[in-house]
Amino acid sequence: MAMTLTEKILARASGRSHVDAGETVWVDVDILMTHDVCGPPTIGIFKREFGDDARVWDKNKVVIIPDHYIFTADKYANRNVDILRAFAAEQDLPHFYDVGGDRYKGVCHVAMPEEGFTRPGDVLFGTDSHTCTAGAFGQFATGIGNTDAGFILGTGKLWVKVPETMRFIFEGEIPPWIMAKDLILQIIGDIGVDGGTYRAMEFAGDGVMRMDMEGRMTLTNMVIEGGGKNGVVEPDEVTFDYVRKRTDYPFTPLYNDPDARYHSVRVYRSEELQPMVAKPHSPDNKATVQEVRNTRITRAYIGSCTGGKITDFEAAARIIKGHQVGVDTFVVPATTLVRDQLSTTFHDGKSLRQIFEDAGAHIGEASCAACLGGPSDTFGRLQGEEICISTTNRNFPGRMGSKKAQVYLASPYTVAASAITGKITDPREYLNIPTESQGVLS
Amino acid sequence: MKKTIKGAAFVIGDDIDTDQIIPAEHLVYSLDDPEERRFYGRYALSGVPEPVSGLPRGHIPFTGEDDFTSPYKIIIAGKNFGCGSSREHAPFALQVAGAEAVVASSYARIFYRNAVDGGFIIPYESREDLTSVISTGDEVEIDGEQNLLINHTTGQNYPLNELGDVLAIVEAGGIFQYAARNGML
Repeated sequence: MAMTLTEKILARASGRSHVDAGETVWVDVDILMTHDVCGPPTIGIFKREFGDDARVWDKNKVVIIPDHYIFTADKYANRNVDILRAFAAEQDLPHFYDVGGDRYKGVCHVAMPEEGFTRPGDVLFGTDSHTCTAGAFGQFATGIGNTDAGFILGTGKLWVKVPETMRFIFEGEIPPWIMAKDLILQIIGDIGVDGGTYRAMEFAGDGVMRMDMEGRMTLTNMVIEGGGKNGVVEPDEVTFDYVRKRTDYPFTPLYNDPDARYHSVRVYRSEELQPMVAKPHSPDNKATVQEVRNTRITRAYIGSCTGGKITDFEAAARIIKGHQVGVDTFVVPATTLVRDQLSTTFHDGKSLRQIFEDAGAHIGEASCAACLGGPSDTFGRLQGEEICISTTNRNFPGRMGSKKAQVYLASPYTVAASAITGKITDPREYLNIPTESQGVLS
Repeated sequence: MKKTIKGAAFVIGDDIDTDQIIPAEHLVYSLDDPEERRFYGRYALSGVPEPVSGLPRGHIPFTGEDDFTSPYKIIIAGKNFGCGSSREHAPFALQVAGAEAVVASSYARIFYRNAVDGGFIIPYESREDLTSVISTGDEVEIDGEQNLLINHTTGQNYPLNELGDVLAIVEAGGIFQYAARNGML
């Protein structure tokens, strides 16, 4: 019987030749990832259930990346990093990326690929809902809670219900003013915030397969905003090239069978795509940028696992170069590698860092920062009635720190263009492309 | 697993995400320390915007300003309850506040799984949206044998879906107890 990519991974991981969507199976876990918010309670559960002297099932398969509340004076937040540090030492964990030294990374979902943990065909669980990002590499990756993570720490196993797959196909070349963020905001707007519940969301078509890994990661990153269990892209040479440069660890890529059965297939014509936003207060509250253009904003934010990768900053810099920002603009590299790349990546002879500094933006340290609000002293956190346009993933009430604030989600292009004007602005105005453009530029 | 849960209802709407259930700034407290864990009860559902907190009237806090537990035992919600982050602090906070069950028309999957595997709170699915027929403060009862929600204030009954696949884990009290019962640990 034919299987989808996701079904094949779960069949392999459960030691079976075949699984059907809807079945519950127990899988062997290839990687467990946790961070400073959910790591300490996970460790607490592990010790409660397996004993104070228990050892993790496989220290080479546990990855701990503190990233949420790092640059804060909050004593509880700092205490939580201490708990991770003590556990990593006690268990002799090789993959602990401690705060305050050369090993520190920042946002786990961007650090995981950088460090070679996102391997095609593998099963990754993480105590964070955006763990689904790693599906861009053809991995089965999904978010779990502390109890499940504590269970995995002791056993290396977890039950999982095999999801049906919704397939999203983008036909034709993506116009140059459109970013992956526009595609996923379009999809979430179309299916709703629960349209993918219990399902895998697969992205396919030549529009997707021509994307680099970071573009694909933006797509899979936000499947959770459509309720999806995991997002996935079939691996190809782009994937293998990225992964092999970062790890020697062997992996076995898996693919959809030609006659695999899908829950649904939705086809988009890439040339019809428009720059999109999600209006307050839900990621599925979609509008085209044209529909909300000139809406006043008071802040712009570029960062997070969704929109804080180096290609996101390259895009933003392309728009911002030579301009001053008109509103408070916060630039937060996802990881320390991205931070370094801001200084070593040039656009028209200027480093990205220089471009943002010259424009008057505030540049922060690598971490999740204000994407999820965090302690009151968090960099870029919304504290009042701000109207923020952001490259992040969620605009729920209070998500970025203040229940009174409003957040618009958009692509790095759109956020950058809006940062200059202080109102929601179509990036085509800064890319010298007429805003009525429909077709692909030749 | 308790077969009968009875108490006051707290009604909220669709798409209640985990930032509304427990805002991220409060995730710093220990879940084990008896003094610190009480704050999860204090701040449970504190991220719900005031006008829609405690429908239909709104402006009703789930947990009072000076309290660590809530007077409400059963949460009634619309679709996609618990969407957003994977933070297990969400079902945990509801449990610490004293709630024992949620009745929603649908759930986001990670919240549902966390509620069941951690044994924090029972996530029942209603067949229809109950947020417009039950009011905050109504005295309600869940009959887990008959899969029924009884509103003693209005005298109306509403069917609930069977727990199905997860019943065995709910009955065991969580994934560890389930695994132990089945010889997996």
